[in-house]
Amino acid sequence: MDAVFSNFDDYLKAFGLTIGLFVVAGIASLVWGTILAVLRVGPISILNKAAALYVTLFRNTPLLMIFIFMAIAMPVLGYNFKFVEDVEIGGYNVSAFFFRSCIALTLYTSAFVCEAMRSGVNAVPLGQAEAGRAIGLTFAQSMQLVVLPQAARAIIPPMTSVLIALIKNTSVAAAFGMAEAVATMKALTNNNADQRTGIFLAFAVGYIIIVEVVALASYAVERKVRVAR
Amino acid sequence: MSASVLFDAPGPKTVARHRLYTVVSIVALAAMVAFAVWRLYDRGQLEYALWEPFVTPKYLEFILVDGLLQTLKMALFSVVFAVVIGLVLGIAKLSDRRWIRWPAWLVVEFFRAAPVLLLMVYAFYLLAIGNGPLSPFWCVVIALTLYNGSVLAEVFRAGINAVPKGQSEAAYAIGMRKSQVMGTVLLPQGVKIMLPSIISQMVVALKDTSLGYYITAPGLTAVGKPIYLEFGNQVPTAIVITGLYVGVNLILTWIATVAQRRFVGEKKALAVPMVGDMQSGRAV
Repeated sequence: MDAVFSNFDDYLKAFGLTIGLFVVAGIASLVWGTILAVLRVGPISILNKAAALYVTLFRNTPLLMIFIFMAIAMPVLGYNFKFVEDVEIGGYNVSAFFFRSCIALTLYTSAFVCEAMRSGVNAVPLGQAEAGRAIGLTFAQSMQLVVLPQAARAIIPPMTSVLIALIKNTSVAAAFGMAEAVATMKALTNNNADQRTGIFLAFAVGYIIIVEVVALASYAVERKVRVAR
Repeated sequence: MSASVLFDAPGPKTVARHRLYTVVSIVALAAMVAFAVWRLYDRGQLEYALWEPFVTPKYLEFILVDGLLQTLKMALFSVVFAVVIGLVLGIAKLSDRRWIRWPAWLVVEFFRAAPVLLLMVYAFYLLAIGNGPLSPFWCVVIALTLYNGSVLAEVFRAGINAVPKGQSEAAYAIGMRKSQVMGTVLLPQGVKIMLPSIISQMVVALKDTSLGYYITAPGLTAVGKPIYLEFGNQVPTAIVITGLYVGVNLILTWIATVAQRRFVGEKKALAVPMVGDMQSGRAV
């Protein structure tokens, strides 16, 4: 444990990077996953199939292989993402490593986001939409007033699982040059092998705290939006 | 189309509009595929020399025996051990005694919230590095066993709870003890419901074995490196190895679907958060 407390800024920095990866990749995969879900349940059959193919492909690929694609195969094809290092946001540079890791996490997680969304839409009973149409609601109205409010509530639990998995999956970036929590844990253990159990517990607790915050937040939201049936 | 929650059956105008969208999206998708192929060609990645190792028996054997077989072994060992641990923890979580239930709950929550890679790195430093007693192979197995065991504990708990209440009541009524009720009535029925989830969890375990790359364990991901270092064929190697993973996982998913149909029927699959299941895609 001593090694963690004497290097506490490294510990915080490491988890800061973990949270950074989680937030950026989380938002990106929510956006891309929603687009995929719209294609997946939309009326155009060829786009349904394309989105289904994407989901099957990325769901069955290990995240590490996607990282290998982004970090090792893409530079060979001429995409090394160095251009992001020239972009400055508020005085901070984004490293190519961070950008690549976020893309890999997004590509992977969005497949699960898409499936969570789809299961939410499927959870709405068919009669609800039919009743909406029967009383003369337009497509937009029946979406806005009937289908989406119910689907959104059904999405919360599976989406929480997806986001919690994303927090844990950010650790894979450790193998590709990001000094996030697991990589820092490895480095600390390398220097202080006698304290490995304490270091492990300290980092595990850090992850557990982040996971619990997300889980409790989602639980609070779920309780807030729950409707009496 | 009329069976969708979202849309009514389309009229003639909508059908015409959809036809237009279909044509546009086919063109767009074809353009994307064409661009990817052109990019591969342009960078010389489609040349036979780069793909040759994957039709050469020596390298094929290397990939399949040192890679795929090791990966399958790791996944199989960890799922078998995880079923045992999950059974123990799952039943412990259902115990009437608080001093059994709470530690089990703590263990399950801890290993479910900690990333597998963190467990692997710790197991590696504890057991494998230097003259440690175990090889990285077994560190991967241990880490995956602990994680998947905790996840399966939830599956077992949910599976046993899914057995209709009348079953255990009837068993108690004819005078069975608690262990008899669990062993002869609840578990045999619960296992049938759990089987598809257990097989789906194997997909998750199989995917996670690739994390062994970080702690120098063998496996499909690890065999890629010597090949692309020798031939400089990063892109073909990544494509072939990913293809193997996807193929094996699809076969497992298919087995899980068959098991679901065989043992559970058309009833809803067991819904446990963070567990692999075929429909809602929670096997992250």
